[in-house]
Amino acid sequence: MTVRIVDRRFDSRNKSSVNRSRFLRRFKGQIRKAVAESINRRKVRDLENGEKISIPGGDIAEPQFVYGQGGKRETVHPGNDRFSGGEEVDRPEGGAGGQGRGQASQDGEGLDDFVFNLSREEFLDIFFDELALPNLVKKQLARIEQYRSVRAGYSSSGVPTNINLPRTMRGAAGRRIAIGGPYHKRLRALETELEALLEDRQPGDDAEIERLRREIARLLARIENLPFIDPFDLRYSNRVRIPQPTTQAVMFCLLDVSGSMDEGRKNIAKRFFMLLYLFLTRNYEHIDVVFIRHHTVATEVEEDDFFTSRETGGTVVSSALTLMRDIVRTRYATGAWNIYGAQASDGDNWHNDSPICREILETSLLAACQYFAYIEITDGPPQNLWQEYEKLQGTHPGHFAMQRIADVSDIYPVFRELFRRKDTVAA
Amino acid sequence: MSRKKENSTPSLPTGSEWTFAAIDAYDEAIGRVARDYGLDCYPHVLEIISAEQMMDAYASIGMPVYYHHWSFGKHFLATANRYKRGQMGLAYEIVINSDPCIAYLMDENTLPMQALVIAHAAYGHNSFFKGNHLFKQWTSADAIIDYLVFARHYIAECEERHGVDAVERLLDACHALLNVGVDRYKRAPKQSLEKEKLRLKEREEYMQAQVNDLWRTLPQHRETAELLAEERFPEEPEENLLYFIEKNAPLLEPWQREIVRIVRKIGQYFYPQRQTQVMNEGWACFWHYTLLNTLYDQGGLSDGFMLEFLQSHTNVVYQPPYNSKYYSGINPYALGFAMWQDIRRICETPTEEDREWFPEIAGSDWRETFEFAMQNFKDESFVAQYLSPRLMREFRFFSVLDDDTREKLRVEAIHDDPGYRTLRRQLAQQYDLGSREPDIQVWNVDLRGDRSLTLRHFVHQRRTLHESYDTVLEHVARLWGFTVRLERQNTDGSIDVISENRIDRRLRV
Repeated sequence: MTVRIVDRRFDSRNKSSVNRSRFLRRFKGQIRKAVAESINRRKVRDLENGEKISIPGGDIAEPQFVYGQGGKRETVHPGNDRFSGGEEVDRPEGGAGGQGRGQASQDGEGLDDFVFNLSREEFLDIFFDELALPNLVKKQLARIEQYRSVRAGYSSSGVPTNINLPRTMRGAAGRRIAIGGPYHKRLRALETELEALLEDRQPGDDAEIERLRREIARLLARIENLPFIDPFDLRYSNRVRIPQPTTQAVMFCLLDVSGSMDEGRKNIAKRFFMLLYLFLTRNYEHIDVVFIRHHTVATEVEEDDFFTSRETGGTVVSSALTLMRDIVRTRYATGAWNIYGAQASDGDNWHNDSPICREILETSLLAACQYFAYIEITDGPPQNLWQEYEKLQGTHPGHFAMQRIADVSDIYPVFRELFRRKDTVAA
Repeated sequence: MSRKKENSTPSLPTGSEWTFAAIDAYDEAIGRVARDYGLDCYPHVLEIISAEQMMDAYASIGMPVYYHHWSFGKHFLATANRYKRGQMGLAYEIVINSDPCIAYLMDENTLPMQALVIAHAAYGHNSFFKGNHLFKQWTSADAIIDYLVFARHYIAECEERHGVDAVERLLDACHALLNVGVDRYKRAPKQSLEKEKLRLKEREEYMQAQVNDLWRTLPQHRETAELLAEERFPEEPEENLLYFIEKNAPLLEPWQREIVRIVRKIGQYFYPQRQTQVMNEGWACFWHYTLLNTLYDQGGLSDGFMLEFLQSHTNVVYQPPYNSKYYSGINPYALGFAMWQDIRRICETPTEEDREWFPEIAGSDWRETFEFAMQNFKDESFVAQYLSPRLMREFRFFSVLDDDTREKLRVEAIHDDPGYRTLRRQLAQQYDLGSREPDIQVWNVDLRGDRSLTLRHFVHQRRTLHESYDTVLEHVARLWGFTVRLERQNTDGSIDVISENRIDRRLRV
């Protein structure tokens, strides 16, 4: 009698994934909140990881009728080292030892925060949800990497459909020549010997002729036995997957940090930059990010200082554009880099400066940029910068996008053009 | 382990990597030894699964098929988290009480561990499932998998028809009542997939008719019939809340009743396991220990195998003392294993004390005594019957009385002559589910008034309910559809209402 052994390792993996998604669905509110907090904490470029989410334990408890503390209870414990019957002892601190510990752990579980990890996909899903991205775009962004399959010589293993006939036959011919060569040489030698003998036939040579003939027959059989084609000869067309695309891009983040940009507006701006970055990671292998913040003067900063600082005073937007133009000229010579610009502001600008901004964009930047997106985070009426930029929209369709934003879900339309172009290229 | 072996080369495969052939060989050898000992088992199937699948199975309380619910996702996440952080190892085994019995082997385990699990689960637990009266009475091993499949399909269908949210809310409510949703004393009728399916439709219609009939309380009749005959409903208090709700909740749809029934049935199926933890785990530990040692004595196992096996075994049956930081109550594996070992000792080499305490088993045939004890007891009675003074001394048991009206704790009994009986009684009571869980019963339904449901908590030892009862009551109210009240009957007979969940209009679940 042998036992039945079933190997289940390869079927129904992730049986709990349904339950897991049920769990996420159920606590979507809390998870969303945690994700929003984590985005504020994250860097613009940090979108490739999942997130550790913690939910207050009380929210996910599964209540039942159970005993609480108090009352009269008697418990048996092991390992008596000092007590004798009838002895009175002080209550231990924190309920340890004496009072039923099993009880404590039973309801103690509910008190800690419940911590678990969201995968990258789940994290992005919630991130996208907030941004109100269309599904097609979500799919496109969440994809890890796009590969292109290119020919890369030949390999000695593969599937039958990929057999490369010319290569295989050439190899086979070569093998036959290489292995058969010595036989042929010997054959030729024997044949000349035989011919010589036959021409100048002496009695008593018969035995020798017979021997030569036999030898020749043996060699011919040998040559005949060389396989015409051998599994060893098989060559397959080889293909490798090359990550696609393989170019580089630079992304400029321009942020207004004047007094009127509060935390909420900066958070919206951050998501705006994140989305553009995410888009670029799908299309470019190497991405530089340049952070420029400005009030009346612009400075290039590290990301850590980018979102945190807040200055008071006026706003001169053109200072940032000028700095961007200079950086492009010195560091990112057009041609080698794809340049993307993303500007976020509340629309406040020194009055005379707005036409200058338009001019810088029109004359130098837009020509160098693949795409320039501007968001105005405000719920008030359009400011003069908006009016100036509106003129650009007409002259540079497809390169320049602008949007007035009150909420994060308004961000996506800024990039609509960008994603649509990508879609048609891909299609 | 002082026994000598004649031949030094073991007959069974060695090394730590397992193969299917090796597992097969071990299973056959262990099975042979088990038959020599006369273990009566269901046939079994061994299933190899990955660690991840083990966690999956964990999350759905060890069952291979189960309906979907967020709480299982929560358990899965928690288990996976702890496992990843290295706070816990996975259980070596999960075994399913079915016919044939299914034992899971984790592919990360070494060959000795697989052999240990085979002996523990496929022969130890398996024979317990087949022999113990509670399992025989309450669970039908041949039908459980079918029933779970049925439950899963039915609930999935309901989700499709009525929406995931509605089903989820209903399941939440049922789960909240799971521990007061079992018949503690009545015997469940046998169930089978065929019958279940056949009767499903019939039952749905019939029950709905019944329930409607129940509420056809025509007021004019009542008024004329005088108010003196205060009719009680239910006639007797009902301890199984889920059962009561399934049969009597006025507003539930047929499919909702069926789901309540499914949750109740599955809860009932697990009830024997909760009642026999010490016995069952102890039994399985005893047998893996005995079977593998016998196999070693017969020359089947290498020394290396035994060392690894003994290390795992010792870890499993370790009992930390009360003042250790690892202490979290009595380890059922440790107590169970020690008790079965002790019973064998009493049978084989009884001392004077044993003859005095256990005259009926001292010196008897240990296999017969084992079978009798395994078949006819549950944890509570098993401890009450077989815990010996010697074992209480070994464990150095002591009993502590914690009374919140007194300032100090009182050590009621320790492992000495005057204390043995108290200790044993106390420990037995600790395994009585009835005393571990609050006694809550359906007390009354106000048939002629607002149809409110009254639950009554019978206070025992002045213990109060955990504050989560409000939330649970909400769940009850959701199922019942009308006002639900929770009363407390104190030990002196007085009654207070401790919580009320008012529903005035008809609310659908």
